[in-house]
Amino acid sequence: MIELKDIYKIYSDGDSEIRALDGVSLFVDKGEFVAIVGSSGSGKSTCMNIVGCLDIPTSGKYFLNGNDVSELSEKELAHIRNRELGFVFQQYNLIPKLNVLENVELPLLYKGVKAKERKQMAMMALERVGLADRANKFPSQLSGGQQQRVSIARALAGNPPVILADEPTGALDSKTGKEVLEFLKQLNSEGTTVVLITHDNDIAAQIKRVVRIHDGKIVSDETKEGN
Amino acid sequence: MNLKQAFSLALKSLSGSKMRAILTMLGIIIGVAAVIIIVSLVNGVTSDLVAQFEKMGSTTINVSIMGRGGNRSVSIDDMQDLVNDNPKLLKAMSPSITLNGATTKNGSLNVNPATLAGVNEYYADIKGHEILYGRGLQYADSEYRLRNCVIGTYVANELFGSKNAIGQSLKINGITFDVVGVIDETADSKEASADDIVLIPYTMAQKITSGFSRGTYIFNAASKEVSSEAQSLIEDYLFKVFASENAYRVSNMSEMIDTINEMTGTMSLMLACIAGVSLLVGGIGIMNIMLVSVTERTREIGIRKSLGATPWDIMSQFVVEAITVSCLGGLIGIALGIIGSYGVGAIMDMKAVISFVSIFISFTVSALIGIAFGYFPAKKAARLNPIDALRYD
Repeated sequence: MIELKDIYKIYSDGDSEIRALDGVSLFVDKGEFVAIVGSSGSGKSTCMNIVGCLDIPTSGKYFLNGNDVSELSEKELAHIRNRELGFVFQQYNLIPKLNVLENVELPLLYKGVKAKERKQMAMMALERVGLADRANKFPSQLSGGQQQRVSIARALAGNPPVILADEPTGALDSKTGKEVLEFLKQLNSEGTTVVLITHDNDIAAQIKRVVRIHDGKIVSDETKEGN
Repeated sequence: MNLKQAFSLALKSLSGSKMRAILTMLGIIIGVAAVIIIVSLVNGVTSDLVAQFEKMGSTTINVSIMGRGGNRSVSIDDMQDLVNDNPKLLKAMSPSITLNGATTKNGSLNVNPATLAGVNEYYADIKGHEILYGRGLQYADSEYRLRNCVIGTYVANELFGSKNAIGQSLKINGITFDVVGVIDETADSKEASADDIVLIPYTMAQKITSGFSRGTYIFNAASKEVSSEAQSLIEDYLFKVFASENAYRVSNMSEMIDTINEMTGTMSLMLACIAGVSLLVGGIGIMNIMLVSVTERTREIGIRKSLGATPWDIMSQFVVEAITVSCLGGLIGIALGIIGSYGVGAIMDMKAVISFVSIFISFTVSALIGIAFGYFPAKKAARLNPIDALRYD
């Protein structure tokens, strides 16, 4: 499903170069729930950006559903982000000028879904996160936890097979953080592949497969039994 | 994302910052309004001029004979025969023997009339003169060389003031003439206007100029439609007599109208171009604000890209926004231009004739400006790297 092969991401800054990813290889199968854990600057976000087709590796191959992503054009990458992936960001990244419903409709808009159907699908996604009654509110009128649930609804709206969550609980208190995590687990149990990035070991402890990154290298990859 | 969605998105974005949208549009509004007002007023002036010339008669044909020496010449009777022989083309003819520099006096009062000419009884008809008091010149005045004259209202006011001019006398080159008629006012009785005129029998003028060999004639074509045919007839006749095109000149009022239209057309185009510069400035204003808008919305662009917006989606969003601003500005400019044309026309006492061509062109130009000046910022937005855009604060 997701296959990274010997990925390097190198930023050169004059003489010195920073190896954000230093030969990372990773395979995530369909239906898995993986946490990528590392301290800040470890390269975990760069890893997620590459998996999310938001960034391009300096070298190495990335196969998504068997397709070599590094060969794709800007437009084809946009289609992959639109149809294959759903993003949940630490800062929610909702568009403040649009109301909740319009924010959730955005990926469907770019998919070319007709207005009526789009609204229905967006409402369904909002119902799943329990915010259907806030559809006409603006992001600034919601609490942080609610905004994060809106962003999850947005990631879900187009029913993508993979959800990428970058520190989804980072800006939330521990109670709402837990709720968000539970929700992601539930999604995973319904068949969605979830890749979660975190620096928080307490969260990592609740996830079945944990991949630890340090200085751009994978240092451990453990799958707990049971759970 | 289709165009309708892009359009509603653009409207939403504009209504979010109304003041900025209006200021951005202002350049286009002023540009479009200026083009429409200027073209309307020039059109008004043109149509006024043309109407005046048409009133003078687009059926009028002026003939000047310079002659070429020898015994080749035309007489007044020859010219009258031309009219008599061609009733379908020519209606009337009058000689017009101008007395250049002659002063008209009443005691110590004197004027230099803009027109002081010897004419026959048809002249008034050809020129469309209405007689206010008394009578016009008649056949007998020319036939018996009577010292009678007809004057314009300006001359009457200058020489006789409020007195009734009929029956008064005045002196032209020392010869006393009796005023028999006053021509009705056509140009506010101003100096050097059509009201600054003295007409005497042409036979008297011939006497004063001591012999008439060269001069001018004025013909009236039977109708507007045959005026150029009538002109050719006169030209052919004169060429037969003089065997040289340089010995005479025949001109038609409709030719002059064409010349006026050409001249004012050029003027209108020139002024419209100057006003068009402000359209260009307006376009640059749009580009500037769109660039600011792209920078401000970098993060939004990043979010949209992460959700699957293609470069084309982002680009069309910004181009449509620019077009919406410029077209909206164009429409407001058209409305203001139409109101302004009549307003300025009323203030400056000019007639405004709204030109639909100028409305169409200025609207098209403002839409094109939206595309042209929106393209560059939109391209910039579309090229943004999604991860850099997302990280932008």
